[in-house]
Amino acid sequence: MEAFGLLMHGFVVLLTWKTIALMMVGLVLGIFVGVLPGLGGPNGVAILLPLTFTMDPTSAIVMLSCIYWGALFGGAITSILFNIPGEAWSVATTFDGYPMAQQGRAAEALTAAFTSSFIGSLVAVLLITFLAPMISSFALKFGPPEFFAVYLLTFCSFVGLGREAKHKTVISMSLGLLLAGVGMDTVSGTLRMTFGSNELLRGINFLVAVIGLFGISEILLTMEERLALRGHAAAISLRVVLKVWKDLPRYWATLLRSSFIGCWLGITPGGAIAASFMGYNLAKRFSKNPETFGKGRIEGVFAPETAAHASGTAALLPMLALGIPGSGTAAILLGGLMVWGLNPGPLLFVEHKDFVWGLIASMYLGNVVGLVLVLTTVPIFASILRVPFAAVAPMIVVSCAIGAYAIQNAMFDIWLMLGFGVVGYVFKKIGIPLAPFTLALVLGNRAEDAFRLSMIGSGGSMKVFWSNGLVGTITTLAIALLFWPVLDKAFGSIGRLLRPAKA
Amino acid sequence: MSKSEFDIEIIVDDPTAPEPDSPAVTDIHTVEIVVSLMLLALAVMLGIDNWRTGASWDSTGPQAGYFPFYLSVILGGASLYGLVTTFLARRETSETFVTRAQLRRVMQVFVPTLLFCLAMQFLGLYVASFLLIAGFMRLVGKIAWWKSLLTAFVFTAIMFVTFDVAFDVIMPKGPLEAAFGR
Repeated sequence: MEAFGLLMHGFVVLLTWKTIALMMVGLVLGIFVGVLPGLGGPNGVAILLPLTFTMDPTSAIVMLSCIYWGALFGGAITSILFNIPGEAWSVATTFDGYPMAQQGRAAEALTAAFTSSFIGSLVAVLLITFLAPMISSFALKFGPPEFFAVYLLTFCSFVGLGREAKHKTVISMSLGLLLAGVGMDTVSGTLRMTFGSNELLRGINFLVAVIGLFGISEILLTMEERLALRGHAAAISLRVVLKVWKDLPRYWATLLRSSFIGCWLGITPGGAIAASFMGYNLAKRFSKNPETFGKGRIEGVFAPETAAHASGTAALLPMLALGIPGSGTAAILLGGLMVWGLNPGPLLFVEHKDFVWGLIASMYLGNVVGLVLVLTTVPIFASILRVPFAAVAPMIVVSCAIGAYAIQNAMFDIWLMLGFGVVGYVFKKIGIPLAPFTLALVLGNRAEDAFRLSMIGSGGSMKVFWSNGLVGTITTLAIALLFWPVLDKAFGSIGRLLRPAKA
Repeated sequence: MSKSEFDIEIIVDDPTAPEPDSPAVTDIHTVEIVVSLMLLALAVMLGIDNWRTGASWDSTGPQAGYFPFYLSVILGGASLYGLVTTFLARRETSETFVTRAQLRRVMQVFVPTLLFCLAMQFLGLYVASFLLIAGFMRLVGKIAWWKSLLTAFVFTAIMFVTFDVAFDVIMPKGPLEAAFGR
């Protein structure tokens, strides 16, 4: 097993005191970020990214990915203890987690949440370990047309499979692609869309936009709510942990089903939110007594948490193997790779073995360490919530400003961040999704380059996207996904015509 | 199930919370129309600019404006579609975009942030941060002066040590830092 040997090598890269220390720092910061209102996985990673600019890439990615795991763990604490989902994917966890806490079974619910998060991530990491190297070595044969077809597939599946109104996804995506093109054109050197401004020459930095869209706008949204809360935080005793773990094998079907859903939705850009709801609903449907769900059933915590974490982790698979992020946070990590001077894509597995396998090994280790950390420190982190939001909000603003300025040392970026903050606030309120925008902004230039290179290669003929079986299949699939809702309806009605209704 | 021996109660109040029965400033319907119009204008503006840059083909392949020009067309089309469907939708069913009390709270954080960005250019990031945190905690959060000042000082100091001293990330600085020779 080649992958196994390389993984062991990854652990060797990782097992230094410095890396372990960074991992702990990342996890603690991540849990902080997950627990605090107005912050979450993508914001936390975006704001803390500047800290890593002076580190070597392996330490940097280990710390950032640990912030991400920490945030995933932290989200469960607030949803179970206070009925406040820190993240959209924690909403399904509150359905049964909060009732359990009210019945005095908070420790049990938390243990269940953390354990199932761990299981979900582990399944996804196993998948990454064995599947990512295969996909990337296959993708090494890709030329520009194949890459463009894969980008097209990513964008089209967002439009076709997303739950938002289609035109809103298209608006978000085309806006992101347009803004990615601002500044100097990389192929011809021509300036475009700068309107004579020197500041726009540099282009619109992806991370500045993300900090504004997720950090600043989230504070504006949080301020609209009443921010009072009331709840209990209890330490988790070893007895409870063992009791929950002993019962674990009984729920193997739920765990397995949710892991599978999570991995699938994580790789395709469906996201952790959809995964957690689907995991919950399926567990309910397959249950012998579905009416007990929502009243404090431990299975109702297992199902969404496993799915959400499997999905959050699996989103890193396409990012590592193809350079295409499967989620907003993965897109930000991808932005980080570029800052550290690495070129995302299938070559990563060949040129930067240490980096890739160090990251994969850190997923295993980070999840184990994270599990132990959250199980032992829940009351400490829950008491962070005692800090009033009036103190947290300006600190987040300052952190955002530091992050935005540090990227290019430009005051203009601070104003840009503020502008994106307002745009993000309005977009979120009228239901224009931000994830397609983020993805388009980070992939825009590479998608355009791939398109232009294939056009130059073919002399301007669109037939190049159907020139061989592989690229033709991907392109056709992309177009099919774009029109998926229409096709789904059409097939449905044909099916009904062929088979006369029985009931 | 018995409660474990270690149990803390957490209660947080929100003294300046927005009242739930505040009148609406505007509804989602109106905002959607305004945003669609703005996006449409942006699409036209970018489209014209890319057309000038060159959105056709030359001997080397597509020109610099080709890809963004067609994206502007897509953006414009989607905005137009949004505009038309919003117009056709019945307005009475539209939900509130923001209430007056909510808008006041949002402004309570947005205006200080704006002032902070302005102050940063003259006073440097660290002094501006201190003022923002202390002022916000006191005026919006109604937290005691000494707590506000202390928190602001400690946070700003930690930021300074982390970024300026430990990680060498250069931030805008003002007269205070200059006086200390940093």
